Amino acid sequence: MSLTLFAVLLPFVAAIFIPLLYKWLRSVHTGWFVFVIPLVLFGYFLTFIPDVMNGNHYYHSLPWVPTLGMDFSVYIDGWGLLFALLITGIGFLVVLYSIYYLDKKREALHNFYVYLLLFMGAMLGVVLSDNILVLYVFWEITSLSSMLLISYWYKREASIEGAQKSTLITVFGGFTMLGGIALLSIITGTLSIQEMIAQADTAVNHPYFLAAMILILVGAFTKSAQFPFHIWLPDAMEAPTPVSAYLHSATMVKAGIYLVARFTPFFGGTAEWFWILSSFGLITLLYGSLSAVRQKDLKSILAFSTISQLGLIMSLLGIGSAALYFDVPDEIYTGAVLAAVFHLFNHATFKGSLFMAAGIVDHETGTRDIRKLGGLMTIMPATFTISVIGAASMAGLPPFNGFLSKEKFFMALTDVTEYSIFSIESAAIWFPIIGWVASIFTFLYCAIFVFRTFGGTFKPDNFTKHVHEAPIGMLISPIILVTIVVIVGIFPNIISPVLLEPAIASIMQGIPQDHPALSVDIYHWHGWELELFMTIAVVVLGSLLYATMRKWENLSIYQRERDPVNGLYDYSLKGLVSSSTGVTKLQMTGRLRDYLSFISVFLILLVMYTMFKFDAFGLNLAGMSEITVYEAILVLFFIVSVLAIPFIQQRVAAVALLGFVGFYIALFFVIFRAPDVAMTQLLVETVVVILFMLAFYHLPGLRKEKDKPTFAFPRVIISVAVGITVTAVALGANAYQQGHDLIPISNYQVENSADLAGGYNVVNVVLVDYRGLDTVLELLVLGIAALAVVTLVKLRMKEGEDL
Amino acid sequence: MELLMSISIGVLFMVGTYLLLSKSIIRVVMGLLLLSHGAHLLLLTMAGLKQGMPALVDRYDQAFTDPLPQALILTAIVISFGMTSFSLAIAYRTYKFHKTDNLDELRGSNDD
Repeated sequence: MSLTLFAVLLPFVAAIFIPLLYKWLRSVHTGWFVFVIPLVLFGYFLTFIPDVMNGNHYYHSLPWVPTLGMDFSVYIDGWGLLFALLITGIGFLVVLYSIYYLDKKREALHNFYVYLLLFMGAMLGVVLSDNILVLYVFWEITSLSSMLLISYWYKREASIEGAQKSTLITVFGGFTMLGGIALLSIITGTLSIQEMIAQADTAVNHPYFLAAMILILVGAFTKSAQFPFHIWLPDAMEAPTPVSAYLHSATMVKAGIYLVARFTPFFGGTAEWFWILSSFGLITLLYGSLSAVRQKDLKSILAFSTISQLGLIMSLLGIGSAALYFDVPDEIYTGAVLAAVFHLFNHATFKGSLFMAAGIVDHETGTRDIRKLGGLMTIMPATFTISVIGAASMAGLPPFNGFLSKEKFFMALTDVTEYSIFSIESAAIWFPIIGWVASIFTFLYCAIFVFRTFGGTFKPDNFTKHVHEAPIGMLISPIILVTIVVIVGIFPNIISPVLLEPAIASIMQGIPQDHPALSVDIYHWHGWELELFMTIAVVVLGSLLYATMRKWENLSIYQRERDPVNGLYDYSLKGLVSSSTGVTKLQMTGRLRDYLSFISVFLILLVMYTMFKFDAFGLNLAGMSEITVYEAILVLFFIVSVLAIPFIQQRVAAVALLGFVGFYIALFFVIFRAPDVAMTQLLVETVVVILFMLAFYHLPGLRKEKDKPTFAFPRVIISVAVGITVTAVALGANAYQQGHDLIPISNYQVENSADLAGGYNVVNVVLVDYRGLDTVLELLVLGIAALAVVTLVKLRMKEGEDL
Repeated sequence: MELLMSISIGVLFMVGTYLLLSKSIIRVVMGLLLLSHGAHLLLLTMAGLKQGMPALVDRYDQAFTDPLPQALILTAIVISFGMTSFSLAIAYRTYKFHKTDNLDELRGSNDD
């Protein structure tokens, strides 16, 4: 087993030992043991960089279920490696942060870290697997661990609801994606993603191509919180803040982005892919930034901001996919992918630090409500600095890394107006406009986030605890992140050849290696270009809106925090619950007769279907034994007496008729040369009649049956159908037996009963010898029944006891 | 004769099912009894009727009826007797406890 495969599984293996460490070493915070794992993995993945920089990729495969084509195969290229480094890098920072965030004594740390490691391993599996079914399995494990982490404080109602919502939405998306995966494997005949990409040229013309695309995209959109599936992300903020920083901003929500970029070489270059991605991305971008402004909770602001930024990256991937329309694209088509990859990296750094800052504020003040917060600048200077840098980067201000990727974003949007494919002409102008408007609101909510928390006056009455700066341990992680924000902001090209170029190369497969778009050179000063004016306008208009906030913050649209899309979710969830309750109530009536009707109808259908399918109906009169007049009369009386039973209302008459039928059957056994059976039947029937008499003594009389008309007719139909089915089976079996020369297995018993068993009555020998064990067990059953009867009759219960 | 018996078995099953779908517990038990009668006769009929002498190997020489279905029916009769008596005991107990033998009134559980 290769080391790389083990690297993916390491978090899972470690998760097994966490509860033990938690139990045995209570004095040490469990996080310190967990901390080692992402750190080691981060170092390990760093060693891949030189190879991947040179355009190589790493592939190792281990057969798992070869018959299904399921191999556990790891494929590391620039794109996967960027994610692996993000997952492990942000991972160890988050674990470090959580050590100070979660109290050793009060929190169930073993649960927390098991879920977190489960997530880490699953996420690594998603970004490094080449086999798409294995990827799907890991994908669902990320949903599962996300659900467990959101409901970590499971005694809170909101945590449970948030976990339920995120699970329902992401698992719905996952299932949809599974459908897409099935179609993809039908189209290409393989489960390996790279082999699929190799067939991209021919797959475009397959009839399932578009369906597979849409199904895969639903999976990616639900995971990456694209409109209208975004509603789970704000509710997921009920999770502890380290989780929000890790899963719900830096890694898991980017799994959808990962998948979209991974499949860009396959789907990219088509008009549908371009339009779906860019339009949903832009709508999400605008909707997220508009909604973020309305939030009063720090983490909700960040949640909607994450939604908005994910939309931004998604739209950039859509725009960039247009490059694959050409064999050798013009440079205006390729810039968007650079912006997407660069912004993905930047977002992970600044959003991670902002979440951690929000967590610190929550941890040290006891509230995240911006209406209560204010004036923390002097009390928490370090947190303030972190927030300012993070927010400025998110707003797109120089000299931070967010500025650079925002410029690239604007450039990509304005370039769209020069596109000459996908009949884009009339719509192209909307791309930069939407992006620009959304950026104004991005600036606005960044300002709200920073100045409402840290500016203004400090009101001690709003807080239940003594407010002070966070311990240094909690500050280390966000400080590292904002340091990256600043360094990458000033020297962007230190990551360009290392991380960005290989990642772009793996997304833009199919473009010649020496194409200028694949070499990245980011610089601050482009001259007085349109992008710079757009940024200046964003700052001016955003500041203006913030300055006039007193005027419009009382508008009802601003007051409404809850996302209106939630209404749709609530409505459909309620509908789902009530309609499934309805369906259950329809069948689970609590009436014995209904259940028996279902069973009977199902059996009739099953048997009749089988009879038709194998043409088993048959009637062979010739092979039947003859009928004497005497027997015919017997049968006639028998049928009449059986038919009379349901009509009798007197108890004694009913039981007499029942006994009559039983003795009649004994008579049949005599005619059919079965003396032993006839004897037994006579004995048993006598006892049964006595039993019925005894029972009737205690039970009320038989009433006339009055069925509702709705049931009376079906009851007769079902009964007649059962009768006909059984008769058909009997006749069919008889005809089959006549038509085939079957040798009874009892021949052996007849021939050997005297010699082997020393008995001459073969029926008796079968019972006590050949099938002796059967008879013993039958006695056991009878004994149990007898005990049960005695218990039921004799049992005396105390007052209030139930059966 | 097999034809007549097949029809009789059908009638037994039909009436048995009809009683099984009744509201009264005692009729359900009667239905079960008729169904087991039908099953016993069905076992015998499918093997073919009156095709020889009873399988007493010291008494007759050749052409015995198949002894195996008969042995199976013997077992089945005893088991169905156990089942009938158990059902009767349950019917008795239910009536004692709930003061009704109407299955429609016995719907539902304590959870509801």
